[in-house]
Amino acid sequence: MTTVAETSLAAGRSLDEPIAFPARKRRIKGSSIAILVFLTICALFFCVPLYVVVVTSLKSMDQIRLGDIFSLPWTLDFSAWVTAWDKSCSGTLCQGVKVGFLNSLEILFPSLILSMGLSCVTGYALALWNVKWANTFLFILFLCAFVPFQIIMVPLIVITGFLHVYGTIWGIAVVHAVLAMPILTLIFRNYYKDIPTEIISAALMDSGSFWRIFREIILPMSGNIMIVVLILQITSIWNDFLIGLTYGGIGTQPMTVILANVVITALGEANYNVDMAAALLTALPPLVIYFVLGKFFVQGITAGAIKG
Amino acid sequence: MPRVQFEKIHKSFGKVTVLRNLDLEIEDGEFVVLLGPSGCGKTTLLNLLAGLIEVSSGRIQIGGREVTDLDPKDRGLAMVFQSYALYPTKTVRGNLRFGLSAQKLDRAEQDRRIAWAAKLLQIEPLLDRKPAQLSGGQRQRVAIGRALVKQVPVFLFDEPLSNLDAKLRTETRIEIKRLHDETRSTIVYVTHDQIEAMTMATRIAIMNSGVIQQFDTPDVVYERPANLFVAGFIGAPAMNFFPATVSTAGGRPSAALRSTDVKVDLAGYSFSKPPREGDSVTLGFRPEHFLPPGEANGHAAATFSLPVQYTEKTGGDATAYFKTETGLLAASISPERIGAFKQGDVVSLGFPGSKLHVFDAASGQRL
Repeated sequence: MTTVAETSLAAGRSLDEPIAFPARKRRIKGSSIAILVFLTICALFFCVPLYVVVVTSLKSMDQIRLGDIFSLPWTLDFSAWVTAWDKSCSGTLCQGVKVGFLNSLEILFPSLILSMGLSCVTGYALALWNVKWANTFLFILFLCAFVPFQIIMVPLIVITGFLHVYGTIWGIAVVHAVLAMPILTLIFRNYYKDIPTEIISAALMDSGSFWRIFREIILPMSGNIMIVVLILQITSIWNDFLIGLTYGGIGTQPMTVILANVVITALGEANYNVDMAAALLTALPPLVIYFVLGKFFVQGITAGAIKG
Repeated sequence: MPRVQFEKIHKSFGKVTVLRNLDLEIEDGEFVVLLGPSGCGKTTLLNLLAGLIEVSSGRIQIGGREVTDLDPKDRGLAMVFQSYALYPTKTVRGNLRFGLSAQKLDRAEQDRRIAWAAKLLQIEPLLDRKPAQLSGGQRQRVAIGRALVKQVPVFLFDEPLSNLDAKLRTETRIEIKRLHDETRSTIVYVTHDQIEAMTMATRIAIMNSGVIQQFDTPDVVYERPANLFVAGFIGAPAMNFFPATVSTAGGRPSAALRSTDVKVDLAGYSFSKPPREGDSVTLGFRPEHFLPPGEANGHAAATFSLPVQYTEKTGGDATAYFKTETGLLAASISPERIGAFKQGDVVSLGFPGSKLHVFDAASGQRL
């Protein structure tokens, strides 16, 4: 290092060469060590079980029977994954978790559209229009966000039954929409509240139509929050077990319910490799969504609307 | 036709009353500026006219049509906002088109109007850009264009120049004035900048704490301010005020300044009603009307001999501040002369009687 510095000095420094101020080396402080240790423990907390699940899913039953759960698989064996996807048994039906995957997809889209559509428009109305009793309504919504699902589960069964959607995909979608509405409405409302009032005033003078302003001005400005809510909702709808179990019929059980059935249905010995593979398959879609949508987080959607 | 009329307007937010019992009539084709300090209610008045907020009581008419309870879009208005408020996700063209397609105009007419406004404001090369890609001045022009394309009888401007730099402000000021001359539409313009008001307005409504103090042409507002507030608000540097007592000895009205021994001859002042002996008044002297030493030639109504406190030069203009018993007296002096002034020099300044302003000390009204 020293020699290099000396040679460059000896070579003569030209004027336009930037003068480097050596940065003071930061010392690692005690507090940052503590933080590092804490974060490492947190990471291990998640990584160790995940590691066990992944390696177990790739092992053969012969190796699993040895009981050494941390060992690497002898050979990479994907047969458990194929079995889990295609042939594992949920009750008497041995068609794998793919049935649940398709059901979950069918549940996901109506639920997403219904829950996001409803709360997005409600948030827009509450934030930007003069709605009578808006604050009271918001307060009630806020309270609703704290009501545990189990309390309203049975009344909701009656209501969905009355609406003739119980046991169908739309039944599940309606329940998802209702349960997500308080928190999503608050999220949308707070986001729209930050849109400068003058933009809304301008739109009111230009058009004045609730839906037109929503469609042409507000919706295009919602990219950011839509992605956030989308990730939130996809995760919660996909990972939901209780709503799918309670409101789904025989043919409309989501992947999580099928997974639970696969794990508890065992003829003879428990096929841990298949169970693990099925669990991983079920957990995969939200993960993929994180990676795909994470890229689309757009910054500064209102840039340029107000003075620069 | 599009006469804008406010009748007995009352507006309060909760317990705070912003406007009380306000009447204002704006004639067709006028360029009316609502001028006043922050919080005087001028923007509230504009928003009431636009329909963005509702009146507590009173009536608003546009062209003889009552609009008090109409939605903003049905009032036949277009507005330019202080922050421009362009739709960020639309192109310039989309911004201009939004108001037109809402009016259900056919496509060809929309394109024709957009082309017309773009040409008028010289924003043709910008039509396919997004607001984020424009400079402040360009955004301002787009905002004006968005109002223009609607071709409404009344345009509203809410401090549209306050976010621009000084040079651009002057240019845009002239441009807005030119637009008014070309379109002959009625314009209601809110500002706190008296230069904008004086240069553009056909009439100025000067407001303070929710009350219109004076509504007249820029010349009258400057030459015959209706009260102390208007007198102090219009003009820079601000008018000098001195409390005085009137004397009518010998049939010739005069006033003695209370703080100094200066006597002011009021014979040159045209009173609206004859003054009485012993009346308490406030005299106003505009800094730009002081006569420099040696130019009074004996016909000054008052002569001040005061020591110089400090001087200010701003290129073409210069102001000297003189020490008085109660504070400072500002006087505009030519930059050539002011160089000779040193702190502490006693200078003799004359003031012509025709330029005096006399106000009742108690009510603040012009006498």
